[in-house]
Amino acid sequence: MSEVAVKGAVKRYGSIAALDGVDLTFADGEFFGLLGPSGSGKTTLLRSIAGFIELDAGEIRIDGTDISRIPVHQRNIGMVFQNYALFPHMSVAENVAFGLDVRNVPASEIRERVGESLDLVRLTGLEARRPKQLSGGQQQRVALARALVTRPKVLLLDEPLSALDKHLRQEMQVELRRIQRQIGITTIFVTHDQEEALTLSDRVAIFNKGQVVQAGAPRTVYQWPVNRFAAGFLGEANFLEGKVVGVLGHEARVAIPDGSEIVVTHQGIANGANVLVALRPEKISIEPGGSQAPRLNRVIGRVQAAIFSGSSLTYRVSVGDRLFVVFEQNKNRAPLVEQSAVTLEWETADNVVVQP
Amino acid sequence: MKRLLDGGIRFYLVLVLVFLYLPILVMALFAFNKSPLYALPFEFDLVWFRALAENDKLLKAGLNSLLIALANTVIATSFGTMAAVAFGRYAFRGKTLLQALLFPPIAIPWLVIGTAMLVFFFWTARAMGVPGMARGLHAILLGHVALSLPYVIFVVGARLNDYPKVLEEAAATLGATPWQVFRRVSVPILAPGVVAAALFAFAVSFDQFVISYFLAPPGVTTLPVEIYTSIRKGFTPEINAISTIIIAVSMGLMLIVARFYRFGGERSGNE
Repeated sequence: MSEVAVKGAVKRYGSIAALDGVDLTFADGEFFGLLGPSGSGKTTLLRSIAGFIELDAGEIRIDGTDISRIPVHQRNIGMVFQNYALFPHMSVAENVAFGLDVRNVPASEIRERVGESLDLVRLTGLEARRPKQLSGGQQQRVALARALVTRPKVLLLDEPLSALDKHLRQEMQVELRRIQRQIGITTIFVTHDQEEALTLSDRVAIFNKGQVVQAGAPRTVYQWPVNRFAAGFLGEANFLEGKVVGVLGHEARVAIPDGSEIVVTHQGIANGANVLVALRPEKISIEPGGSQAPRLNRVIGRVQAAIFSGSSLTYRVSVGDRLFVVFEQNKNRAPLVEQSAVTLEWETADNVVVQP
Repeated sequence: MKRLLDGGIRFYLVLVLVFLYLPILVMALFAFNKSPLYALPFEFDLVWFRALAENDKLLKAGLNSLLIALANTVIATSFGTMAAVAFGRYAFRGKTLLQALLFPPIAIPWLVIGTAMLVFFFWTARAMGVPGMARGLHAILLGHVALSLPYVIFVVGARLNDYPKVLEEAAATLGATPWQVFRRVSVPILAPGVVAAALFAFAVSFDQFVISYFLAPPGVTTLPVEIYTSIRKGFTPEINAISTIIIAVSMGLMLIVARFYRFGGERSGNE
């Protein structure tokens, strides 16, 4: 299929840069998630690739051809919109056939390909219905069938699942992934649901203020966030500010404000340097009692709040004057009571030094 | 309690309908009554419709009204639709101001607008050296177009707002050229709104009395003006006859539009 390459993309609205020098390559057949808060530029990038927005600078190439100046209807892309954007005055079959119809594909071929496409999304039998007579999930499938029937080079998804309820959304995630794998189309996907991005994507890019903060495989980006924003946006993180007090081979000891010390793997930082460490809440083990001897990567605190949410518990633990967030699986232990003393412990590998 | 309330509401509805339709019904009945003095008992006769067929003045006025209303419908609907699309789909300087300026003409009394137009047209015609041009069917038409434009823009604009731009964008991503997008997506979606707006434009013009009265030169009248003049002179059930025809035609038109609206994709629910 196709590779999409964005180079030096810039788009300004007045003094605000919606895209501020974005370079990204979407590999052939890849499912790529664009993540970021609203206004971070992810949607602007998607709409630039679609052709709704003209870049002020930079270029967008599909298989090496610069498409920046090609109008939307000649780009050969498929797009699924947030609210599906099905044509209300057409039946399901007419909606799906639209892209072929405007290309003057012969009627017999249209019928065949519309059938195939509806098969792919498992909607056979609903051809005569109007969009209004379909459920949200079904409308979503029609939108997908319509986008894919023209055999586009790239599939663009603009928060396609955000209008569905949680259960249906998970079902559609699986469907989306199955369909995408089956036809192997390069897919670029905008979402603000981080979990969805991690579940679906081969790679993700985190956007902030018009720039790509970090791009990579979901696992990599989650495990090794490059800075405070990436760590805080994708999942939750505890941030520990500290000072390097000793370097031992590959490891450095960092003193954090409450007086304890943690160990980070050596990042080439000098003794005495100030560092910021991100620590994921689920990496921390929490045990009742606060009498253990001081140790590296261990702090003593007091439970401020215990929040039960079914499969897991979230604890807010005060350590000195700072608050730690800790996730714990709901095992058979009784929840730790508020105000009780606890010991938090974690591994050296869980301390990730990030840029501020 | 609920039943009592339901009954009350139903009674109220009947009352409203009676209040709205009884006078019209009575008016229509007397069109078929033989007595020229609106006397009872009711005696069915088509004499007033026959008289109407020979009343050149009333027929001429009716024809004028129809011509102006049709011309107004075409002009106001075309320009109004274009304006609504411009307001709804494009960003340009002064858009907010222009949009705000659409409201006052609806709120200003027609009497004031009519006077203003008359004065303005007289002034313009004299300045152009053709004082006779100030009044006439063309002036009436111009006045009606100005009056009905805001209505058209609002009605089409409301329809446009219901259907976001994203439908047109979706069509473009599917390979439709701008013309195909317009013809295959925008027009069918806007059609019910445009038809409703056209009906509004027709009604605003056909019903218009004040502006027509002000801008009509001696010897030229429209139907409402002629009816008004006849009533002042003392009238016969011919007026009822023509009113009945108007009501029958406009109700028929409404029914057609109602059907069309449904076919335009408004059908809802699972049938």
